Amino acid sequence: MEQKNKARYGMVVDLDRCTGCGNCMMACAVENNLAPAEKKANDRTGITWMRVYAMNNGKAFPAAETVFVPMACQQCDKETPCIAVCPQNAVDRDPGSGIVGQVPQRCLGCRYCMTACPYHARYFNWSDPSWPAGMEKALNPDVAPRMRGVAEKCNFCHGRWHAARARAAAQGRSEPDPADYIPACVESCPSRAILFGNLDDAGSEVAKACQEGNCFRFLARLDTESKVYYRSAKPWVREMAEGNRMPSGKDGNLS
Amino acid sequence: MIEQTLPRLPVESAPAHTIRDWKAMEKKWIPRGLPRCSPGRFYAWLAPWLLLLAIGAYAMYLCFAEGLQHTNMDNRFAFGLWIYLDLTVIALGAGAFFTGFLFYILRWKEMTAVINAAVVLGFICYSSAIAILLVDIGQPLRAWFTFWHPNVHSMLTEVTFCLSCYLTVLAIEYLPVLLKNRKLRQVPLFLVFEYELHRVMPVLAGVGTFLSFFHQGSLGGLYGVLHGRPFAFREALGIWPTTFFLFILSAAAAGPSFVLLMARLTQFLSRKQLVRAEVFAQLGKVSGTLLLFYVLLKTLDTMLWINRIYPQTGFSPYSFYAEPSFGTWVLLLEIIGLGLVPALFLVNPRMREKPWVLTLMAFLACSGVAFNRFVMTVQTLALPTLPFDRFLRYVPSWQEVAAFLAVLAYGVLLYSFSFRYATLFPQERDLRNQ
Repeated sequence: MEQKNKARYGMVVDLDRCTGCGNCMMACAVENNLAPAEKKANDRTGITWMRVYAMNNGKAFPAAETVFVPMACQQCDKETPCIAVCPQNAVDRDPGSGIVGQVPQRCLGCRYCMTACPYHARYFNWSDPSWPAGMEKALNPDVAPRMRGVAEKCNFCHGRWHAARARAAAQGRSEPDPADYIPACVESCPSRAILFGNLDDAGSEVAKACQEGNCFRFLARLDTESKVYYRSAKPWVREMAEGNRMPSGKDGNLS
Repeated sequence: MIEQTLPRLPVESAPAHTIRDWKAMEKKWIPRGLPRCSPGRFYAWLAPWLLLLAIGAYAMYLCFAEGLQHTNMDNRFAFGLWIYLDLTVIALGAGAFFTGFLFYILRWKEMTAVINAAVVLGFICYSSAIAILLVDIGQPLRAWFTFWHPNVHSMLTEVTFCLSCYLTVLAIEYLPVLLKNRKLRQVPLFLVFEYELHRVMPVLAGVGTFLSFFHQGSLGGLYGVLHGRPFAFREALGIWPTTFFLFILSAAAAGPSFVLLMARLTQFLSRKQLVRAEVFAQLGKVSGTLLLFYVLLKTLDTMLWINRIYPQTGFSPYSFYAEPSFGTWVLLLEIIGLGLVPALFLVNPRMREKPWVLTLMAFLACSGVAFNRFVMTVQTLALPTLPFDRFLRYVPSWQEVAAFLAVLAYGVLLYSFSFRYATLFPQERDLRNQ
């Protein structure tokens, strides 16, 4: 069932600014208590809520061009694929923020949501999460670590959202100050490639940015109405975002 | 002197210790008038399957104890061999509901010859599907959450509800088959219970048909609703995608073929005629007719998919068949080689008279449904969606294969015990006397 949100938090990622440094991935992992990868984990079994891919135009030097694509949960707004399929309502959309969240304590681990997600933005705990001795003391107390056998994904730093709401309530406001709620990846980006805010607030920088001509969404034709926008001045990037294969035939893994 | 004063135990009260005693006791459990091989030969046949079951149990233990890291599934290939196995055995197990429907609801009396075997096969298929599902999910202790927090919009909820209900129905249908054993019939309570169960059997068959229709369909809907996966996504008819109806029809078509195939295999292994040829022909006819209808609808669905859904989702029609290992031959094999060909042979009365043709075509029909489930599971996940994806490969781990084989072994063991100690084929005695 479609729910009308009070706010619609979203992102605009400027691919022409992104340098692929991976700082967003690091900040996300620290903020959300993602355990270090197991020794035998690979790029398909490890967990990183934000993952940076490389996309190139397949041309030879000097026409060769590459952009880096930070890809997290796209926070689909319309018929959210993962919400509709979860057999026990372990995925929900918060009507206050439009954020698609995951309830790990209710997750059965059937992985149907992962099959449904065309952005591959969902991750599974294939083994028990573990931290090197002493490192568990540095865990973020606002975010519960997930257990083995459940799915997880980006939730726009849910811990920060709750903290912002608590601060707003303490100050007698019903809605948090936009400047008070910023996900870790946005905050950590050294080139300010990620804008974040309420897409329904016409005055916000993010709402203006997503209306610009060079703004697009990945796989927009699937009609999932994702709330993560990208922008690039390069036409080939916008064309590929619709699902056309990279001419090189390679994948986007950064190795 | 002392020896003479010691009391002697009566000979009658001594337990049967010798192999001969044990053999005599075991023989009393075998239905009267049905010759079966010696116990030694029977247990020698069971030994390799027991070994497979033990290896599979160890693999399952590893997954329960240390998580699904023991599988080769990953974040991109989140479904693997086990989900494929589930879909296939449930489709083949449809023989139970469809034979029950023909026998109890449509009153096709000739189905008496195979109804018991169909129920046992159905029970094996469904119980093994549930068992492997429990290993496949990350948190098996939370399996009951689906009943407590159900998402009524999810196809998986429908599958879970119908599967568990239908397994209960099958277990109740299986009971009279077991209670007919001549030793168990000596217990008056069992005799009354079996009689009462027989009276409610048509009701159970009706309930089973309803439940089976829904979960077979929901398994198809599982993929058909994935609008993020254009390869699997289908337009809805009412509230269900077309795969919902195609899965029901294909399972109903393959089910009788599977019963036919297993009865033939049992005849071959036991070297006895168990079912009259006309019953086999009847099963083949039902299977062929339904399969022909399925092929027609599947072709229509494929045409709609290519000309309507593909263009809407912005993918070129043949982009999903660009990978040589999953080229257009997949589609042709599924619809023509394993669909149209067996259907045409099975609807032809002259062809059905030839036992080897009937068996081969039943095998092709079962392979067709298994191949369809393979395509829906594996190709859906292997195909790239994002521009920087590539075609994915997945090879199951030894633990996945061992669990798969354990399920097969469980099926063989339960079927072997049922064949030995219950009357799976009521015509066997008559055919032997003739």
